[in-house]
Amino acid sequence: MAKTGAMKSKHQRLILAIIALVAVVAAGLLAASALKDEAAYFYAPDDVKTKGVEPGKAIRLGGMVVAGSLKKAADGVTITFDVTDGKATVPATFTGIAPDLFREGSGVVAEGAFDETGTFVATELLAKHDERYMPRELEGMNYNAATHEMKADR
Amino acid sequence: MIAELGLAALWLAAALALLQCVLAGLGLTQSRDDLLSGVRPVAVCQALLCALAFLCLILLFLRSDMSVLLVAMNSHSAKPWLYKFAGAWGNHEGSMLLWVTVMGVAGAGVALLERTLKRDTHMATLGAQALISLGFYAFLLFSSNPFERLAPPAADGQGLNPLLQDPGLAFHPPTLYFGYVGLSVAFSFAVGALVTRTVDAAFARAMRPWVLTAWVMLTIGIVAGSYWAYYELGWGGWWFWDPVENASLMPWLAATALLHSVTVLATRDALRAWTVMLAVIAFSMSMVGTFLVRSGILTSVHAFAVDPERGSFILALLAIYIGGALALFGARVGTVREGKQFEAMSRETWLVVNNLLLTVILGVVLIGTLYPLMTEAFGHKVSVGPPYFNRIAGPLALMLMLAMMAGPLTRWRRDKPGLVAERLIWPALAMAGIAAALGVASWGKIGLLPFLGLVVAGGVALGSIVPLGKRNLRRTPLFVWGMVIAHMGCAVSLAGMAADSAFTTEKLAAMKPGDNVEAAGWSVTFSSVAPVAGENWSAMQADMIAQRGGAEALLNPQNRFFSDPPTTTTESAILTRWDGQLYIVLGDALDDGRWQVRIWWKPFVTLIWLGGLMIAAGGVLTIIGRERRGWLLKLRKIHAGDWG
Repeated sequence: MAKTGAMKSKHQRLILAIIALVAVVAAGLLAASALKDEAAYFYAPDDVKTKGVEPGKAIRLGGMVVAGSLKKAADGVTITFDVTDGKATVPATFTGIAPDLFREGSGVVAEGAFDETGTFVATELLAKHDERYMPRELEGMNYNAATHEMKADR
Repeated sequence: MIAELGLAALWLAAALALLQCVLAGLGLTQSRDDLLSGVRPVAVCQALLCALAFLCLILLFLRSDMSVLLVAMNSHSAKPWLYKFAGAWGNHEGSMLLWVTVMGVAGAGVALLERTLKRDTHMATLGAQALISLGFYAFLLFSSNPFERLAPPAADGQGLNPLLQDPGLAFHPPTLYFGYVGLSVAFSFAVGALVTRTVDAAFARAMRPWVLTAWVMLTIGIVAGSYWAYYELGWGGWWFWDPVENASLMPWLAATALLHSVTVLATRDALRAWTVMLAVIAFSMSMVGTFLVRSGILTSVHAFAVDPERGSFILALLAIYIGGALALFGARVGTVREGKQFEAMSRETWLVVNNLLLTVILGVVLIGTLYPLMTEAFGHKVSVGPPYFNRIAGPLALMLMLAMMAGPLTRWRRDKPGLVAERLIWPALAMAGIAAALGVASWGKIGLLPFLGLVVAGGVALGSIVPLGKRNLRRTPLFVWGMVIAHMGCAVSLAGMAADSAFTTEKLAAMKPGDNVEAAGWSVTFSSVAPVAGENWSAMQADMIAQRGGAEALLNPQNRFFSDPPTTTTESAILTRWDGQLYIVLGDALDDGRWQVRIWWKPFVTLIWLGGLMIAAGGVLTIIGRERRGWLLKLRKIHAGDWG
C-alpha cells in the first residue's frame, strides 16, 4: 500500500511537471502565432517607398511633420500633414485631437494604415510628451525646418 | 547639511546590510547563536537609517534646495507643496531610494513581526533580504546618488513633468513600490527555506501574510495607476498595454498565482517546489519591470532621463539575483519532498489550473513586452500593441474566470464531478440568461470578447457568492468573505471592462460657444470658454453644460499651460453617474473661434476600478481573518510583559 502510494506520488509529480511544460510551450506558440499577425512594424517614409506597404496593414509610421504641410479640414477635427524622413515624404491624415506637442517640424509616430490612394490614415498619434520624452524610433533625428532636410545619426 | 546627512545615512544603511548578510551567513554555517542574535537588531537599524535618508530627500525637495542636483533637475520653487513632496520620488534617483527604503522596512517587518518561522529559516530569510538590498544600495550609491551636490546652485529648478503634477503621484508610486518590493520578502522566504531545506506547510503559512500584503499593495497601485492614466492622459482609455503597465502587471500575475499556490501549500501541503519557484518568479518580475522602466531601454513618462550605465547595472543585478536563486532552486529542488496527493476532481486541481493559466498569461505578456527589444537588436523596429495582448490575454483571462467560478465550489482533496456540476447550475443558468438577453438586444453590435466578458462576469458574480449559500453568515470566517469579495471584484471589474468596450459612445466635434451636441442620451452645450490660472499654470477653461432627463451638470475641461518646463496638457472633465461616466476633453482652438471637443459616454466604466478595489479589500479581509489569532496571542504576550 505504502509502495503504491510512493509510486503514485512520483506519478503525480511527473504529470504536473508535464502539464506545466505543455502550458509553457503552448504559451510560446500562442505568442509566436499572435506576434506574426499583430506586431506592427515601424516604417519610415523611405521604407514605405522602397519596401512598399499593402493598404490596410497596421503599421507605425515615424518621421517629422513637414513644415507648412499641416492643414485643418472644415470639420475642425481632421488634419492632414506630410511625414518625412529626409529621403521620402508621405501624406497622412488624422481625425481627433492631436497630442499637445504635435506640431510642424517636430517628431511624430503615427499608428494606422495606408488607404488605397497611398495616404496614411492615422488612428493614433504619439508625439513627444515633453522635451525629455521622445518616441524611441525617432531618437537621433534632427529636422531642419527651413531646408526640410533631416539628419539621422543612425 | 541635510544632503550630507542623507548620504551618510545611506552609506551606513548599506554597511549594515552587508553586516546583516555576514552575520546571517556566518551564524548559520558555523551555528553561532551570538552572531545570529545580532541579525534582527541590525535589520531594524538598517531600515531606520534608510528611512532617515529618504526623509532627508523629502526635506530637500520641500525646501527647494537648489544646491542639490536632483532637486534642481526635477523640482521648482513655484510648485505646490504636494508636488514638491511627491516629486521626491517622481524621478529616477528618488524612486530608487524609495525602493531600497521599502525593501529595508519590509526586512525590518520580517525581523520584528515574523514569529512562526523556524529560527534558522528566519535568519536565512533576513540574510537573503539584506543581500538583495545590498545590490540596490550599490546601484544607488555608485550610479544614482540622489544627494549629489550642484555647484554653483541653480537659480531655480527645471520643474516636474506636468503630467506627473497630480495627486496621483503621491499615491500611485509608493503603493506600487510597496507591492513590487514586498514581493522581495516572498523571494527571501523562498531562498531561506531552500537554504535550510524547510519547504513545508508551516513555511507557507508564515509566508502567506507577506505575499498577501504585497499583492494587496500591488493591486491598489495598479488600480490607482490605471485611473490616473485614464483621467490625466485624456485619451479615454484605462489600459494601454504600455510596457511600463505590463511591468506592473507581470509581478501582479505572478503574485496572484503565488498567493493561490501558497494557500494550497498551507492548507494541503501540496505544490511545494512550484510555490517556491513562483516566489522566485514573482520578485524576478518586479526586478524585470524595474529594469524595463528604469534602464531607459523603453521610453515613456516613467522612464525619466536615464543613461545606459544604469541599465547595465540593473541588468547585472537582475542576472545575479535571478540566476542565483534559480541555481539554488536547481541545486535544492531534489531535497524538497513531494507534497500530499489529490484527486483529479478537487480544489487543488482548479488551483493548478489557475496557476497554469496565470503563468501562461504572464509568459505571453512577457514575450510581447520583450519582443520589440529583441527584434530591435536585429535591426527591425516593431511595436506590439493592444491587438496582440487583447487577442491572447482576453480569452485566457476568460478561461481563468471560469476556473475561478468552479474552484471555490469544489472540495479540497476529492470531490464528485456530478456534485460540482450541481453547484454550478445557478451560475450556468445566469450565464445562459445573460447570453440570451444580450444576444437578442445587441447581436452584431458588440464584439465577441466584450460579449463573452459580460456573460462570464454575470456567472462569476453569482458563482462567487454560492460558497456562502450553505453557511451561517455570522459564523463564516473572515478569509472566506475575503475570497468571496475578491472573486466578486474580478467579476465587477470584468463587467466594467466589457461594458466600456461594448457600449462606449464617442463624439468628436469642433464647437463654438453656444453649440450643442447629443451623445448617448446626453445633451452637451458648450456655453463659454475663459482663461483661468493656477499656482504654476494658466489654462483655457470651458464651461460645458451636460443635460440628461432634466438634470443638469457643469463640466470644466481645461487646456493647461505650464511654464516650468514649458508644456501644454489637456485636463479632462469627468462627470460620474451611477451608470457610467461622461468624459470631456477640450482640444485646440481653431482659427474661426471654434474649439475641438471630444466627448465620451462610458457606461459602467467605474466598475473597473471599483472591482479592483474590491479585489484589494478581499485581500485585506483575508489577511485579518488569517492573522487575527496570531496578533491576539502576541498582544496577550506583550500584556504579560513578554516581548520575546
